[in-house]
Amino acid sequence: MATTELTLKSLDGPVEPDWCPGCGDFGVLKSIKEAIVSLGIPPHDVLIVSGIGCSSNLPGFIHAYGVHSLHGRALPVATGAALANHALHVIAVGGDGDGYGIGMAHFIHAMRRNLNLTYIVMDNEIYGLTTGQASPTTTEGHKTKSTPRGNVEKPVQPLALALASGATYVARGFSGEQKQLSRLVAGAIAHRGFSLIDVFSPCVTFNKVNTYPFFKERVYKLEDEKGYDATDLMAAMEKSMQFGARIPIGLLYSVDKPTYEDSEPVFAKGPLVDQPLGLDARTFQDILAETM
Amino acid sequence: MATEITVGIAGAAGDGLDRTGDTLARTAARLGLHVYTYNSYQSLIRGGHTWLRLRLSEEKVDNHGDHLGVLVALNQDGIERHAREVEAGGAIIFNGARFHCDPSLVPKGVTLVPLPVPDLTAKLGKLLPVMQNTAALGALLHLVGFDLEVTAEILLETFKKKGQEIIDQNVGVLRAGYAHGARTVPALGHPWKFSRKRRPVVTGNHMMALGAVAGGCKFYSAYPMSPASFILHWLAAHSEKCGVVVKQAEDELAVINLAIGAGHAGVRSMCATSGGGFALMSEAIGMAGMIETPVVVVNVQRGGPSTGLPTKSEQGDLNQVFGASQGDYPRVIIAPRDATDCFHSTVEALNLAEAFQLPVTLISDLLLGEHRSTIDPESISSDVAIERGEWVTALPPDDADNGGYKRYALTPSGISPRARPGTTGCIHVSGTDDHDEYGILISDEHTNPAIRRKMHEKRMRKMDGVRARLQPPVLEGPARADVTLIGWGSTWSVIHEAAEQLSREGVSASQVHFKYMYPFHGAEARALLQGCAHTVVVENNFTGQFARHLRAESGFTVDHVLVRYDGEPFEPAWIAQRVRALLEGKAVDLAVTEHEAREMAYHYIRIHMHDRTRPGRLQPIAESGYGEPLWAVELVDRSDGKPEGMLVIGRDTGSLYGWHPADPRLLGETATAAFATALGVSSRAHPFTGDTAGRAPQGRAH
Repeated sequence: MATTELTLKSLDGPVEPDWCPGCGDFGVLKSIKEAIVSLGIPPHDVLIVSGIGCSSNLPGFIHAYGVHSLHGRALPVATGAALANHALHVIAVGGDGDGYGIGMAHFIHAMRRNLNLTYIVMDNEIYGLTTGQASPTTTEGHKTKSTPRGNVEKPVQPLALALASGATYVARGFSGEQKQLSRLVAGAIAHRGFSLIDVFSPCVTFNKVNTYPFFKERVYKLEDEKGYDATDLMAAMEKSMQFGARIPIGLLYSVDKPTYEDSEPVFAKGPLVDQPLGLDARTFQDILAETM
Repeated sequence: MATEITVGIAGAAGDGLDRTGDTLARTAARLGLHVYTYNSYQSLIRGGHTWLRLRLSEEKVDNHGDHLGVLVALNQDGIERHAREVEAGGAIIFNGARFHCDPSLVPKGVTLVPLPVPDLTAKLGKLLPVMQNTAALGALLHLVGFDLEVTAEILLETFKKKGQEIIDQNVGVLRAGYAHGARTVPALGHPWKFSRKRRPVVTGNHMMALGAVAGGCKFYSAYPMSPASFILHWLAAHSEKCGVVVKQAEDELAVINLAIGAGHAGVRSMCATSGGGFALMSEAIGMAGMIETPVVVVNVQRGGPSTGLPTKSEQGDLNQVFGASQGDYPRVIIAPRDATDCFHSTVEALNLAEAFQLPVTLISDLLLGEHRSTIDPESISSDVAIERGEWVTALPPDDADNGGYKRYALTPSGISPRARPGTTGCIHVSGTDDHDEYGILISDEHTNPAIRRKMHEKRMRKMDGVRARLQPPVLEGPARADVTLIGWGSTWSVIHEAAEQLSREGVSASQVHFKYMYPFHGAEARALLQGCAHTVVVENNFTGQFARHLRAESGFTVDHVLVRYDGEPFEPAWIAQRVRALLEGKAVDLAVTEHEAREMAYHYIRIHMHDRTRPGRLQPIAESGYGEPLWAVELVDRSDGKPEGMLVIGRDTGSLYGWHPADPRLLGETATAAFATALGVSSRAHPFTGDTAGRAPQGRAH
């Protein structure tokens, strides 16, 4: 039997997405499919790990291996899988509450490791599945169900955190800029090391502030900015904090650095999942002799 | 009876006590003796009080026993605290140039061996203070009749990397200590028969780590937490040699999820922690049950709740382990009973986890995890069965309908063959929401009760398969005993010895010990126990967590629950004595004992007196103005033994009622008089001397 031709259609999952019509996550799903097609990766070599939230339902909507894990835990599950089989393309996905709220510690530490992982955060600045509470990226003053007098907390700056924590590919996308987003995702998957794409993915039901028009009016593409150097950490840091009248989207930062996998001597013998199990008698006796 | 001796080494953290104990343990193990060590230590890096006991015997021993033959004191405190525990025929060894032993502390028939360390080692150059340990070890070898050359050889191996000078120094000091002992005191006269069969000296943690890699564990994650950290250290050090990836993570949430991610991708994975870390892992353990991912989680228990007793043992996490995660899910909980069992249980856990695709928790404790003991080298080997369970390795290439692969196929056994990510034709999503056979969620658009029911039954059906494979509990000892002692996990040996003691004293005792907590052999347990004359559960927690579990799972209610929860492990005589009392219908006496009153005084001394004093005599006071009997604890100056005053402690509540200085001027006459009245003694009378006048002012205000 011949391998099914890799097309966007062949990457459809067993069920239709259950997102609200107009949800930004459709654009993200499409960009992941387009990236897989453009890179020519067999879908059985892709593992997509999500947490919990509207956007974390994504693995069910694409024909690839997936783990729909616990709220906030996409990155550690993805990390474990990536270490167990570094031949897989492991992509973690989820929302801003999942990644920057309950999963924040994992977010920082996963980046410190520069593991060969891609993390796509569908950032809608709100908790959607729980019907509209303030999230870690909710802007100041935004009135939500949990902040009826307006949000008083500063939103987290995921891109700045990523740059400070050692991520080696840092980008921001927008669901309304589908083609650019697909290129960013393909770049992230192809990148060796930890890649983060924070995607403005508007929630059309529960966020009436950060809407498509809100972003359309403000975003500008970094690739259109003359002389922007995506290997300049400090330049990227400056762009990462820009969120106001103008918001940059595109690739902020990309450098080649040794990955965590490069530093693990056990991987010299190939992916862990293919290595023999147990100890031979001689190694065992050597180890036992240490105690005698 | 087998010849045996228990040696206690007392000192502070940083005194090098571990190294000395280790050398002694290895010496005994090379002579063919069995060794068990119990280290009572504190959560600090320097100072404090550390008390290491080594029980050395011709027979296998797995608890520290009831005796003390020789005390090796590495500081003044060690002498004062433990000298009175040494039994007749024993000895106390210490550096006579730095410390002294008040004769009032020394029981009859105990030999004092003060070592003139500077004189003994003068020819060996400038020595580190810690070298006094080696001199003491030398003298000890003479006293207990061990072969000096065996220890010299161990020192040579230990200091091999540090060069000949250091080796010569250490061996020289050892020989000097031995020679001094031989010159000045007779050996204690143990009729050892040394088989000289070499045995490994290991811990339960060590055996779990080795069992893990022998059993095919390829991925281990952990966050540092006592008393589980040694597993992390050992595996990290042996990672390359054993082909295991070891990852320290940011917290236990990450740890368990890393292990599950690795398990899902197809490698055998394990993680370990103690109770606090286990609490953070709870939700993810349920996830492993739901997405049917194998993972092994080790909980090395310590005293709880919260930070609890970080360096003390307890069997207090049973309820927590049972209660881990919301909802019902299949899982296995195994409580190994000794170091060898830790090895085999870990292999078994990895096999069960993969064969049945579920989380397995190994529940150990500080005592089992950290105590060192000898094992027979034949009792463990690399030749262990590795059972990977049912896998799908090749289906036709990917197509839109998943090639017909059902990750969660509804099968009679409940086991659905796995496919690891990367396999062609088996693409699926494993979801923590409940799902259908293909892994498609049934909980979002329209929750499907029929599929939920059959999927839940499928998962839980795996428990029948697990239960059928596990060995049911057995009755050890006489069939018709006066009393049957019931325990679980690390206490097998100490309960076994308590049963032997009881039998020797005329109360015939049998034992039923449980290793498999879940699934539980409820029917088998009931059948075993309902024929027993008198049943007592012995466990290391407050509420009798296992006794309740036994009742819930078997319907059998034991006659008594004997619990200990002071942080210290059981001793055979401790159990035997209380079991006898229970059989005689006596309630357990919870009053503060003399030993405990002394311990409480030590706490007061540490806080208020900067270790300047030590407890002297103790006297019970039957009635007082405090509404309960008291302990009067005399505190004396450590240098000259002169009384500084008296500490008063409630015998029932343990409350510290006050400090009664020898010189009333220290507290003020009025306060002292009021205090004396409350105490129920005549004004200013001293319960030890009857003196009514204040002593010369030698104390200081506190």
